[in-house]
Amino acid sequence: MAAKTKCKAQLLSGNEACVQGALVAGIRFFAGYPITPSTEVAEGLAEELPKIGGRFIQMEDEIASMGAVIGASLAGLKSMTATSGPGFSLKQENIGFAAMTEVPCVVVNVQRYGPSTGLPTSPAQGDIMQARWGTHGDHPVVALMPASVRETFDLTVEAVNLAEELRTPVIILLDEVVGHMRERVELPAAEDVELFNRVKPTESPDTFLPYKPAANLVPPMPAYGDGYRFHATGLVHDETGFPCGKGADGNTLVRRLQAKVEQRQPKIARAETFQTEDAEIVIVAAGSVARSARAAVKEARAQGIKLGLVRPITAWPFPEEAIDSVAQTAKALIVAEMNLGQMILEVERIAAGRAPVFGLNRIDAELITPEDIIVRAQEVTNNVR
Amino acid sequence: MKKLELRLSGFGGQGLITAGIILAEAAILDGKNAVQSQSYGPEARGGASKAEVIISSEEIDYPKVGQADLCLAMSQQACDKYAGNTQPNGVLVLDSGYVKNPPEFSGKMYSVPITEIATSEVGRNIVANIVALGVIAGVTNVVTRESLETAVLDRVPPHTKDLNKKALAAGYESAKNLLQREGE
Amino acid sequence: MSVKDLVDRYCRVDKLPHIWCPGCGNGIIMGAVIRALDKTDFDQDKTVIVSGIGCSSRAPGYMNFDTLHTTHGRALAYATGVKFARPDLNVVVLTGDGDCSAIGGNHLIHAARRNIDLTVVVFNNSIYGMTGGQFSPLTPAHSYASTAPYGSIDRNFDLCKLVQAAGGTYVARSTAYHARQLVNLIATGLNHKGFAFIEVVTQCPMYYGRRNKFPSPVDMLKWQQEHAVPVKAAAKLSPEQMAGKFLIGELHREEAPEYTAVYETDVIAKARGDIN
Repeated sequence: MAAKTKCKAQLLSGNEACVQGALVAGIRFFAGYPITPSTEVAEGLAEELPKIGGRFIQMEDEIASMGAVIGASLAGLKSMTATSGPGFSLKQENIGFAAMTEVPCVVVNVQRYGPSTGLPTSPAQGDIMQARWGTHGDHPVVALMPASVRETFDLTVEAVNLAEELRTPVIILLDEVVGHMRERVELPAAEDVELFNRVKPTESPDTFLPYKPAANLVPPMPAYGDGYRFHATGLVHDETGFPCGKGADGNTLVRRLQAKVEQRQPKIARAETFQTEDAEIVIVAAGSVARSARAAVKEARAQGIKLGLVRPITAWPFPEEAIDSVAQTAKALIVAEMNLGQMILEVERIAAGRAPVFGLNRIDAELITPEDIIVRAQEVTNNVR
Repeated sequence: MKKLELRLSGFGGQGLITAGIILAEAAILDGKNAVQSQSYGPEARGGASKAEVIISSEEIDYPKVGQADLCLAMSQQACDKYAGNTQPNGVLVLDSGYVKNPPEFSGKMYSVPITEIATSEVGRNIVANIVALGVIAGVTNVVTRESLETAVLDRVPPHTKDLNKKALAAGYESAKNLLQREGE
Repeated sequence: MSVKDLVDRYCRVDKLPHIWCPGCGNGIIMGAVIRALDKTDFDQDKTVIVSGIGCSSRAPGYMNFDTLHTTHGRALAYATGVKFARPDLNVVVLTGDGDCSAIGGNHLIHAARRNIDLTVVVFNNSIYGMTGGQFSPLTPAHSYASTAPYGSIDRNFDLCKLVQAAGGTYVARSTAYHARQLVNLIATGLNHKGFAFIEVVTQCPMYYGRRNKFPSPVDMLKWQQEHAVPVKAAAKLSPEQMAGKFLIGELHREEAPEYTAVYETDVIAKARGDIN
């Protein structure tokens, strides 16, 4: 034990770090349903939440979990659920409800091989587009993609903060590799972590309009029981919160929902760049694949191949600036992802022909290797010459 | 040491994932970086099981083990499947009780009756994984004995501490004998 | 309290008139819920009304409380979240037969099983009204509906039996016709510590009545009067005499540990090491 206290470093998995991040971020309500490979998040919170008076409930299904999370958030608690592939699909309708009614909540999706039951214990990155467009209708989305155990902790905290600040569901797109791998990590002390708590109204209930936005386009949010007697509905509603059945009100509402996230795009969206300054070929990769890409960049450079890496940390909003910048300097971009080409669509849109964009896709349930990336980079080099 | 990749394989229920975690924790206690990952079938017992550990004094990017520097095989099936994916000058540790047909191997190969030691010398076959850790650390010095012992005692249930301590010592003793024989 | 006082106090007057059709029983049931709430000592600011999707689920919009109009079938899941997060809040669920027994059937079973302290009032009008008259799991077999033009061959649920079997600790049934009894049954349900379930047989003249030979809403109320048998009276009737009829009144009541209370005394206490 002496050695443990001497050294703050510990061995944690991504899913375990997600639990730690949630607790530090102030999550006090978790509803979930068992599903591989996300179950450790539920197990961790089942153990930890009651110790601090928080609430853990295992619901009858994925849909119910999402509903309970929204109900608990309306009752004032920072709330979260965790799931994977099939469960993420099932939650979509209620995620749309949370977007429409502006209820803060966090959905962890540890991506696994699909479609359908697929390969439950194997990794994939096939939910990038589902995270964006999974629920029907136009709606804002924030989705974060951690690549390490420490970053899973950090982005879980950020997800909770963003959900509270923006009053919108925030998705953590882990993948099975990051969720299950354990690595050395040093976590910050809870008191050093910055937290955001939803803004409550200061107006009296008599004059308060629950969906009247503040200057930042986000309305202040009371909790049930605070005496505001407000109405939350998935129907199109005006500033009073009540359904009005008018397209014009839908136009105002849905555009505002979109704008409150979009206007913060520069603050939220970000990517890590590695050795891109002089890179001839830039790899775009996220999550666990970015780790392979980083190894590939180092190895390639040792061989004299000028490779660089852009690692999107946010899937949504997509980090346009980072791609825009390398599209101007690199000879070609390679988007490496464990799907048949999802993130590449965003990269192509932003590169807009300034640099050719190539895919590197694996869907054989194995993590893309550094060798895969180097081989592809050599192919592309020959191609663009 | 720059980077060492280890693969611990056998069947489910042998405690290989726990062994991988303990090894990674010991490396961290030594002040190194470590990544541990695993693959397993859906069944909790009996299926193939594999834990991978990477230990490095530098940052570890790619978290999976390719050609391992050391491979532990505690079943014939695991040996047939994984031994070949070991560095030609690497180390192969086999549980001779289970691996009756050792492969051709150009590196160092140690056949040790790991489970047999756990059963007869320590008294419980469930600590075979800890015996294995003692053997691995004993022949490679991949982690220090002090850190490994701390890591083992941190992970195991309190009432089994003595048993596990004994298992680790038995593993080290067996490694010592192997190295001595090699030196002769 | 006079009707006007009740309306002024408990309704969002500016949201009235409601959207329900002439002759619909939903207003009677909403009125009964309000009268029942008035009989309790619930703090109006600490009471949350939750609903799903459908005609009846529009009721919370007219009620002056914290209100939550959720997705189709999921009212009980959301309500479980509200109650479990804040056990000090009184949580009432207003739902329809389709909402509660078809798409939301699984949530009903499990909320009853947990015995979480919710009061559920099911507006059973035997039809999906909002979508124009399709049959529901509570539509009596052989009735006609837009999706059962030859008569429904589906057997209908006895929802009260289902809830009791699933673990609900207060189960009652009444009708829109028996409005006074209904108020008392709901009030008892509201004060019951645990999962309270009140099924209300009501009329949809527009979509159920017109297709099933009920010329007017009054005919449907008469049908309720003639076919509902109080529990006590039913005890004296033979199975033949009860054929085609249904029970009203308190059908089941028991005391059992309530979910949010047990979470405190058991899970939190154990997690904190206060008990073993």
